[in-house]
Amino acid sequence: MTAFIIRRIIGMVAVLFAVSVLVYVVFILVPGGDPAERMAGKNPTPDNIQNIREKWGFDKPFYVQYVKMMQKAFNGLTPGQHSEYDILRSFDTRQNVVQEIKKGIPATFSLCIGAAVIWLFFGVLVGVISAVTAGRASDRLITTFALVGISMPVFWLGIVLRYFLAEKNQIFPDGGYVPLTSDPWQWLYHLILPWFCLAVLFIGFYGRVLRSNMLDAMNEDYVRTAKAKGVSARKVLRRHVLRNSLIPIVTLFGLDFAAVLGGGAILTETVFDLKGVGWYAAQSVGGLDLPPIMGVTLYGAFFIVLFSAIVDFIYAYLDPRVRPT
Amino acid sequence: MAEKLLEVNGLKVRFTTEDGVVRAVDGVDFELERGKVLGIVGESGSGKSVTAMTLLGLTRDKNTRFEGEVLYRDQDLLKLPESRLREVRGNEIAMIFQDPMTSLNPVYTVGDQIVEAITTHEQASKSEAKRRAVELLRQVGIPNPQVRVDDYPHQFSGGMRQRAMIAMALSCNPDVLIADEPTTALDVTIQAQILELLDRLRADFDSAVILITHDLGVVAEVADDILVMYAGRIVERGGKRQLFYDPQHPYTWGLLGSIPRLDRPKPEKLHSIEGTPPSLINLPEGCKFRPRCPHAFEKCSEEPELKNRVEAPGHLDRCWLSLEDKRHLRESTIAGEARVA
Repeated sequence: MTAFIIRRIIGMVAVLFAVSVLVYVVFILVPGGDPAERMAGKNPTPDNIQNIREKWGFDKPFYVQYVKMMQKAFNGLTPGQHSEYDILRSFDTRQNVVQEIKKGIPATFSLCIGAAVIWLFFGVLVGVISAVTAGRASDRLITTFALVGISMPVFWLGIVLRYFLAEKNQIFPDGGYVPLTSDPWQWLYHLILPWFCLAVLFIGFYGRVLRSNMLDAMNEDYVRTAKAKGVSARKVLRRHVLRNSLIPIVTLFGLDFAAVLGGGAILTETVFDLKGVGWYAAQSVGGLDLPPIMGVTLYGAFFIVLFSAIVDFIYAYLDPRVRPT
Repeated sequence: MAEKLLEVNGLKVRFTTEDGVVRAVDGVDFELERGKVLGIVGESGSGKSVTAMTLLGLTRDKNTRFEGEVLYRDQDLLKLPESRLREVRGNEIAMIFQDPMTSLNPVYTVGDQIVEAITTHEQASKSEAKRRAVELLRQVGIPNPQVRVDDYPHQFSGGMRQRAMIAMALSCNPDVLIADEPTTALDVTIQAQILELLDRLRADFDSAVILITHDLGVVAEVADDILVMYAGRIVERGGKRQLFYDPQHPYTWGLLGSIPRLDRPKPEKLHSIEGTPPSLINLPEGCKFRPRCPHAFEKCSEEPELKNRVEAPGHLDRCWLSLEDKRHLRESTIAGEARVA
């Protein structure tokens, strides 16, 4: 087990390194253009540009720049101890990228953790009900709702919800984020719509996946064995059918959760003015501001890598066949 | 006379499907006495597994219709409500299945699954149930059972898994053990061990066994009585010796002929019964075996009933051929020389 953990950690570091190189190549090297010209503003003198180039290190070879950039990103974690030019900064606003991402984390985490609890709970509920009543009216109804949920784009659903429930009828607040620490009630109140909006797609999707997993599992020989033992239908469903059907859901959940936590809830955050990491990513992409794009991508990659490792651990716990010996 | 445990009368099972009504079992009668082994033999689709699963109510579904009765301890299992039937399942009538590789749940230990069988029917503490699980594993010949009880199914070989299935089935001392092709998925050497085990446990636990197989060689080892099924019916029924030394039905001849034998000259290829079993949705008129029978004649357009036609009592068959014709045709049919006209 220890060997397994060490192997996974080495693997995580290697993947993150590869991602950072790739992101660097894609976002910084390939787009070309001279960032110094861009930062110099309107009508710069050649001296001006040259000056910026030297100060920011744009005149160095790309591998030196890469190492420098990574250093700056880490320096951004402790801004007080470094000079202004040794910190990864936005080309446009000159803000510390790492600190900007950190500022967005409370909103993003609040949105994602809440939505994940909702979608996991209702996704499993929907899956179980439709599998147990497969073919009957309740299954058809739920399946239809699930399909509608999957098919509704978040930006559309979000705007419609906001228009009808927050602007026309002021049942919910009209976007924005209130920190949990300053007012828990307002925090909850502001997050209900975004949570629902983000969860709908996943509820439909998880429900469909779980339904088909369970229907497959019900035809497994070991389920027949359990019935032949005299185990009650409810217990067969819980201990044998559901237990085995939830294993693939764990994989799905780990990766989806990592993606939204890593800034993937761009649309929801933008529609509801939640100034989280996804929103920051959208802003940066809109302005083609490369350092923040790079920062957010690495931040997202970190969560994906972290959660795929966590999923592997949970998987090994849930399925003894893949347990390392 | 030994105690009669199970009595099946006129059992019919029909499944309504999109293609039509499947007559999976169409009038089956038999009795089972304590301490006996009843072999049910037939090809795939002859209704033997459906018969067995119906005894335990495992074929119950909204699209299934039953007729007849399955009497166990003066109650008709077909009419028993699900909750009562559950008390019988695994407790008084237990079943083991064909494929031990998939019949155990991969995420629970072998011990847990035996414990589940025990605690479903008895008020036993976890530790008590586990001690019994270890003892059962020892009885079915798992080496080092106190350690292996905590293994997962994938850590067991196929033969060991089938032993574990048998241990699970025996955990509540059932009166009847139904074994549905218990050796089909196993190596021949393991097959012999499992059959021996079943036979020994039948004696130790004083239960009756229904052994379902498509292999007459398997029932030859252990069965007392044999039913030969075809297209949802019994076509021949009798004691083991009667069936092997004086078989009456051409289908039984075909089954006997398809066993490779060491005491005969090696044939060019293995014998088989020509054709395939009939569709259970559109059964042929008359004798159901007629389209594949090399000796069919006019009379076969009418279905013969299952009755005693030979001197030995209790040996029944469904064939119109006269005893003289049968004696005449039997050897060549078993040798695979007769062809369908």
